[in-house]
Amino acid sequence: MSAYIARRLLASIPTLLVIVTVAFFMMRIAPGGPFDQERALPPEIEKNVLAEYNLDAPLVVQYWDYLSGVLLGDFGPSFKYRDFTVGQLLATGFPASLKVGGLAILLAVGVGIGLGTIAALRQNRAVDHVVMATAMTGIAIPNFVMAPLLTLIFGVYLSWLPVAGWGGGAPRNLVLPVIALALPQIAYIARLTRGSMIETLHANFVRTARAKGLRERIVVLRHALKGALLPVVSYLGPATAQLVTGSVVIETIFGIPGIGRYFVQGALNRDYTLVMGAVITYAVLIILLNLVVDLVYGLLDPKVKHR
Amino acid sequence: MGAYMSAERPRSTRIALGLAAGICLAPMGASALAAELHIANSGEPDTLDPHHVSGTWENRVIGDMFLGLTTEAADGSVIPGAAESWTVSDDGTVYTFALRDHTWSDGTPVTAEDFVFAWRRILEPATAAEYASLLYTIRNARALNEGSMEGMEALGVRAVDDNTLEVTLENPTPFFIEQLTHYTAFPIPRHKVEELGEEWIRPGDLVSNGAYTVVEWVPNSHIRSVRNERFYDAAKVAIDAVSYYPAEDRNAATRRFRAGEIDIQYDFASEQIDWLRENLPEETRISPYLGIYYYALNTRKPPFDSKAVRQALAMAIDREGIADKVLRTGELPAYSFVPPGTGDYGEPSYVDWKDMPYPERIARAKELLAEADHGPDRPLHIQLRYNTSENHKKIAIAVAAMWRQLGVEAELFNTEVKVHYNDLQQGDFQVARAGWIADYNDPQNFLYLMETSTGVQNYAGYSNREYDRLMDEADRAGEGAHRRELMHEAEAIAMEDMPNIPITYYVSKNLVSQAVQGWIDNTKDIHRTRFLSVQR
Repeated sequence: MSAYIARRLLASIPTLLVIVTVAFFMMRIAPGGPFDQERALPPEIEKNVLAEYNLDAPLVVQYWDYLSGVLLGDFGPSFKYRDFTVGQLLATGFPASLKVGGLAILLAVGVGIGLGTIAALRQNRAVDHVVMATAMTGIAIPNFVMAPLLTLIFGVYLSWLPVAGWGGGAPRNLVLPVIALALPQIAYIARLTRGSMIETLHANFVRTARAKGLRERIVVLRHALKGALLPVVSYLGPATAQLVTGSVVIETIFGIPGIGRYFVQGALNRDYTLVMGAVITYAVLIILLNLVVDLVYGLLDPKVKHR
Repeated sequence: MGAYMSAERPRSTRIALGLAAGICLAPMGASALAAELHIANSGEPDTLDPHHVSGTWENRVIGDMFLGLTTEAADGSVIPGAAESWTVSDDGTVYTFALRDHTWSDGTPVTAEDFVFAWRRILEPATAAEYASLLYTIRNARALNEGSMEGMEALGVRAVDDNTLEVTLENPTPFFIEQLTHYTAFPIPRHKVEELGEEWIRPGDLVSNGAYTVVEWVPNSHIRSVRNERFYDAAKVAIDAVSYYPAEDRNAATRRFRAGEIDIQYDFASEQIDWLRENLPEETRISPYLGIYYYALNTRKPPFDSKAVRQALAMAIDREGIADKVLRTGELPAYSFVPPGTGDYGEPSYVDWKDMPYPERIARAKELLAEADHGPDRPLHIQLRYNTSENHKKIAIAVAAMWRQLGVEAELFNTEVKVHYNDLQQGDFQVARAGWIADYNDPQNFLYLMETSTGVQNYAGYSNREYDRLMDEADRAGEGAHRRELMHEAEAIAMEDMPNIPITYYVSKNLVSQAVQGWIDNTKDIHRTRFLSVQR
């Protein structure tokens, strides 16, 4: 098992290298640079600014400088936020995104799998239809509609929760963003679980378990669920990476200082180093989470063995 | 008060206890609760260093921290700041400032050397300060900043002694005193910069000479400033702490305002205006703002090298329609390049067709196009570009429809802001939306955009020898009617040539809670926290 993990991690290094290289050069293709704005820089000043940030060196040289920096853990300065290095921005931003995204995924997994299972067990009955209809609305309503709606109801009209703001990560500031982030995921996971569970409940080994006289609860929870969860686990790998690296929409609406907006803002600002830092974080997370997914597969499906 | 009451005690005792508790707690409550202000700022600052910023939102944070030689009063007018008084030489080029006795927030005295140090630093080419050009009014500043002169000691500023600062200008500059309110002219703590280098602006190490000092900055969450006890006027400062939130999502910020989490929102979303006027009329503050929204025409290439075409397109725009029906937030139709109300200018030089009824203008525009050999049988195809934004899009659609009456087909093209300005600076456009907010309250700040020597900021590529000559003479004329006349003449020429089509003058749109006192609407939209107070 540990040999398997080691091999996977080693294999991920060339993947990361390709990602970093492609992202680096792709960013530079977009017209406009970090210092273009309404108030034009006088040419002499612009020259000095570019030199200060090493942006006047040949692209390959810049690439090499960046790569060697990253290998030593230096992600470079932010071109837009002068007072912070990319490392500092990621260090303050990632925990915030992780908190909101992590809680959202946990909520989504718990509620989604639960609802999906209930719907599968009561297939084609009233409960099933209600759950699935709710799931559809959850998927169909975009989060930039849902989030303001939640803040209006709970923040403005009822005044139960803050409308926005991070509050240092206080629980009351987390409630609405976590719910808003989790809702579409709950819907999707519920549907996924239901479909997979229905299929699994028709499988031979479940029929055997029932024939053996096991209680329905044991059949479902101990035996069927494991098999049914395989597609859900596959989905959860990338979904977790996505949620944990922050949603631009949720973070902007709720004023959460996460790294989600660094992807978009960074690109719009041509803040090359910040975008690269965010891309690397995301890539590392995807690689790690895919590895975790594969390992969980091994736990759930006895037919899968990792050597 | 329930904790102090018990069912067993007689009623009179309960009342007495209650009163006593109330009397004891009330003053404690009043002083223990610090007066805090919460502001939704329109963006996240790039930095706290006044030498590397250029936005209005940065001015709000930095301008609360530092005090320039002069500063803005609550109504936006210019009042003495770090300088108590000043004298001007007869030829108007040498200013001598007497600094007031005050200190940085760590107790170190503020001296004239701090100003000399700051201005040398911002003009130093190696600093690459984006906005250094604002100080080009000072002798040798431009040459030193552009690198054609060496040795910052040549800069026209010197410390006569600790409390006296002498500034020598290139030309007599009537708006110089006003210019000193801008953050490019702020002092910075020399002792801290020498000690810490670039780290001097980190909250915690940061010292300021203004009413507040930043103590905390969580990127994309908030910036928190607390009162500077050593501020010379601290006794009159009512608010103890102020938090600035980078509220890029304007609608979310308005919801926070409604929930009472935010006291002031700068720049609310225009589409909310109807709802706000109906539901929060007292809080909705709309006020004229020194800025112009215009369409730049690329005069370097056909068809915009033809004056007739430019004039025709300008005449065909129904500005009242745009202001009243498209924008609906009180913007004023613009028939001149300098907004009316700009300092010491009187009525700007309007276009001569300002009072022509619209149908007549359309007819005249068609004639002009025909003269330039364009019309329904030889339609003009042009590209109208703007940077991504709801309002820019609405205006562009309206203008394209208005131009269609002339047989002009306008293709709309929108790009994000960096690409937009990059292309404009390269001259890669036909018609493009642009905007200009005044740095200081003087018509020169608008008119210089059309001078040949201005460079890339003159997007239209306009070059008129007479215009340049008039503006140059005005620069050297010194304050007074003669200077005004010269600028009026120059503007008249530009309005005839029409390289930039003025569309509307800006307004500032803010939400101010009724709990906030001391807010005065002004054309600079500057409201320093030291003059505000809250009554919750």
